[in-house]
Amino acid sequence: MSTPGTNVGGPGKTEETVLLAKEALHTTRPSRMVRVGDHLKREWQLYAMLIPTIIWLLVFLYKPMYGLQIAFRDYSVFRGVAASPWIGFEHFETLFNNDQFLRALRNTIYISGLSLLFGFPMPIILALMFNEILREWFKKTAQTIVYLPHFISSVIIAGIVITGFSPSAGIVNTVLEWFGGESIYFLTRPEWFRPIFVGTTIWQEAGFQSIVYLAAIAGVSPTLYESAVVDGASRWQMMWKITIPSILPTIIIMLIIRIGNMLEVSFEMIILLYQPATYETADVVNTFIYRQGLQGGQYDLAAAAGLFNAVVAFVLVMSANAISKRYSRTSLW
Amino acid sequence: MANMNLYSRGDKAFVILNMFLIAVFTISALYPFIYIASLSMSTGFEARAGNVVLTPVGFTLDAYAQVLSERMFWVSYGNTFIYTIGGTLMSLAFIIPGAYALSRRQLYGRRFWNLMVAFTMWFHAGMIPFFLNMRDLGLLDSYFGIIIGFAVNGFNIILLRNFFEGIPQSFEEAARMDGANEFQVLWKVYMPLSKPAIATVALFCIVSRWNGFFWAMVLLQDEDKIPLQVYLRHVILELSDDEEFAATLLDATYSFETVSAAIIVCSIIPILLIYPFLQKYFSKGIMLGGVKE
Repeated sequence: MSTPGTNVGGPGKTEETVLLAKEALHTTRPSRMVRVGDHLKREWQLYAMLIPTIIWLLVFLYKPMYGLQIAFRDYSVFRGVAASPWIGFEHFETLFNNDQFLRALRNTIYISGLSLLFGFPMPIILALMFNEILREWFKKTAQTIVYLPHFISSVIIAGIVITGFSPSAGIVNTVLEWFGGESIYFLTRPEWFRPIFVGTTIWQEAGFQSIVYLAAIAGVSPTLYESAVVDGASRWQMMWKITIPSILPTIIIMLIIRIGNMLEVSFEMIILLYQPATYETADVVNTFIYRQGLQGGQYDLAAAAGLFNAVVAFVLVMSANAISKRYSRTSLW
Repeated sequence: MANMNLYSRGDKAFVILNMFLIAVFTISALYPFIYIASLSMSTGFEARAGNVVLTPVGFTLDAYAQVLSERMFWVSYGNTFIYTIGGTLMSLAFIIPGAYALSRRQLYGRRFWNLMVAFTMWFHAGMIPFFLNMRDLGLLDSYFGIIIGFAVNGFNIILLRNFFEGIPQSFEEAARMDGANEFQVLWKVYMPLSKPAIATVALFCIVSRWNGFFWAMVLLQDEDKIPLQVYLRHVILELSDDEEFAATLLDATYSFETVSAAIIVCSIIPILLIYPFLQKYFSKGIMLGGVKE
């Protein structure tokens, strides 16, 4: 599509003509508005496909972000978000003077720390182990089984844990008694909550999480192993010198994601497993929010706790990503 | 790598130890399920006494008879089917066209829209504002609220968008030559080519709908609307502390333990039935969504 007025080229033309030509080109080019209009007319179907999703996001995820301001307001159900008076950081001051909140914060950090320490390496170790299995059927069967718990609901997992650890019928106490031990009512003992919870989540998720590392291992070039075999490397050496360095970027990315989710301990499982007797070690920020807000109706205070949680999580993932970008050239974005 | 003869004795020991450890881990993943299944088929007396370890003791199906005779079991089971089927269809109706649009290069503000989706993966308003919003929208205690309120998930959109982006342009160009519009390109070219990715997303939706309990517990007051998981929670958590209930069961052939084990088994069965399909797709699917931005 040639624009009128541009067709004046040719050797020996004066500067003036060129300028005129440029001018003509400029004035006849459709304005931005018109171009956007044309584009929309041509591509309306694309936007028709996009808009429902965007509206959904706005209504269900972004609108609550606007509602988050109740963390800074004295929220009244009758007045609604916008008409409740501003009170600044009062809720945050209340929270940081509240023993229950501080305890929940400590427990959150403690429990995520334990999960990170024991839970993060597990899927990596599993993937490395699966990789060393040479019998395909054994590998397939084992993988199928260890993935399974991931697909079972937390209610069922909690049911299994409660039944298994119950003082009368539970298998754990049965076995304990075989070895001459005393029966323990585990789920009422604060000192047992963390090991049971962390153990359960590792049991449930480690297998499934190993998928990511297995996929990374599958991407390692076979020629590396072939030349290692020629050099007489043992399988152990190949694992340390080839496999692990090759999947290191994946490990780092997974670590960043994990750190970003640090404060998101799977509180659904905690709600199912804890009881007032174990709040001391089991109550985390999210369960605190659930009790104060949804059960206790203190929406503004609970929203403040939620905002604190979300901001810390956001800062954590941003910093982990920045550090990783700087030192290893691996990052999420 | 399949030639075992290449390996030294040290390697062989390593391989054997490794197989042993994997076997231990596998058995520990499987055992709780076997234990619960055996418990559900034992008599209440043997279960209470802690005599069930591996196989059912004093075989009886009375616990199942008890579970299946409860009205609430059937009501909640039916509700779970409604939430799972309705919710999955709703999710796909939003996710597939959305992901397709986001994968198109000619989309204005593509970077911005993508960022808008990705941002929700990293920052949430949280439990309370989400709940208040659902309340303000009048979606408490409603089937529709549960079905639409959790329809879209940033991770699933990005997973599918990445898959669409990987489909070679030439497929689309051929369709365009034949005069296909965007809807036709999506329906006739992209969707058939993306079966594994769409199946992965659908299965993720099915599993999360089937298993979801927290928001159903918070948003639904009406007992007749609760899904299976909420009913299950009620039985396991609340009746386990109910001394009276436990006492009435003492003479019966079933007990609280065997009854809750039987409900657990009943609610796992559908997941086990779709598990083979699930497994076929998810390992591929997970990596697609992975971490590529």
